[in-house]
Amino acid sequence: MALHFELVTPAKLVRSEDVHMVVVPGAEGEFGVLEGHAPFMSTIRDGAVQVFKTEGGAPEVIEIRGGFAEVGDNGLTVLAEHVDG
Amino acid sequence: MASLKALKDRIGSVKSTQKITKAKQMVAAAKLRKAQAAAEEARPYAERLSSVMAALASKVSGDDAPKLLAGTGSDKRHLLVVVNTDKGLCGGLNSNLVRAAGVKAKELAAEGKDVEFYLVGKKGRAPLKRNFPDQISAQFDTSVVRYPGFEEAAKIADELVEMYEAGKFDVAHLIYPTFKSALAQDPTIDQIIPVPAPATEESSDAVVEYEPGEEEILEELLPRYVKTQLFGALLEIAASEQGASMTAMDNATRNAGELINKLTIQYNRSRQAAITTELIEIIAGAEAL
Repeated sequence: MALHFELVTPAKLVRSEDVHMVVVPGAEGEFGVLEGHAPFMSTIRDGAVQVFKTEGGAPEVIEIRGGFAEVGDNGLTVLAEHVDG
Repeated sequence: MASLKALKDRIGSVKSTQKITKAKQMVAAAKLRKAQAAAEEARPYAERLSSVMAALASKVSGDDAPKLLAGTGSDKRHLLVVVNTDKGLCGGLNSNLVRAAGVKAKELAAEGKDVEFYLVGKKGRAPLKRNFPDQISAQFDTSVVRYPGFEEAAKIADELVEMYEAGKFDVAHLIYPTFKSALAQDPTIDQIIPVPAPATEESSDAVVEYEPGEEEILEELLPRYVKTQLFGALLEIAASEQGASMTAMDNATRNAGELINKLTIQYNRSRQAAITTELIEIIAGAEAL
């Protein structure tokens, strides 16, 4: 019951870990990704990615700018141009 | 034969030069490690981006493909984006790049194309201006920041895309060194605009949903891809500069050492000759009494 989540910027691989759920600010609205999500690709508007490590736990918030998200067989990959903090 | 004092001064001056080259070599070695690490860290992003590009580009084809992918329909005007360093003391790195650019420009000119240059970095300006005085269309200054990074790459890419949209050129090539080792940095020429369709690796046939749409995503992705390419080139030039500098300075330090040895021998010989002459004079004087 884990989703493999990767957050990558041009400068480095920021995150690569197994989490419960990630909420991504898509261009046409926020969407949450759980394990087993159908293949999906979306552009992202500037905003916060919320990473839920465990079910019902408090989310970790990461501000990102410019990029897109891809959900494939090997989990969720967020490519962002800039990550704050 | 040079006087003793002149020789001594000469040795002193070579010694201080050696100190400088040695220091520069050590600085370059330290910076090289950092530059290489930066290049490594940038790799995942570039890899993911090109795999996504490949998947998308194979889906969107034909007439609806964006201009950045499909091209303008002609290939008359070429733009050579030459990435050079801002500082010298790095051996033949910049002259190799300039030479590669010159060869490519002549090749294109022989095919009847128009060639223009877009220069990044300071060191390529003078020689290219000398050889192609009317063909420098623009240049980008990276010397104002210490470590050119993604921001600079983004600025260059934006400018290039703007020029492309304005119809100033049809094809752009990027010329930069590929860092192989501290000894070898080969000039590389890649086409960046229109974006060459990446080799399609047949991934799973799973139906991927796109939001907003495939074309919209691709349209946003292409400029980003150009940026990533330029960012890669900036990282390569940074690593190459330090590598080449390290090698060049190592050679310079060794040469200075050899020169010092040679001069020291010469100095000792002259000193011995002077002593002998003096002795002979004294002995001759004593015998005369």
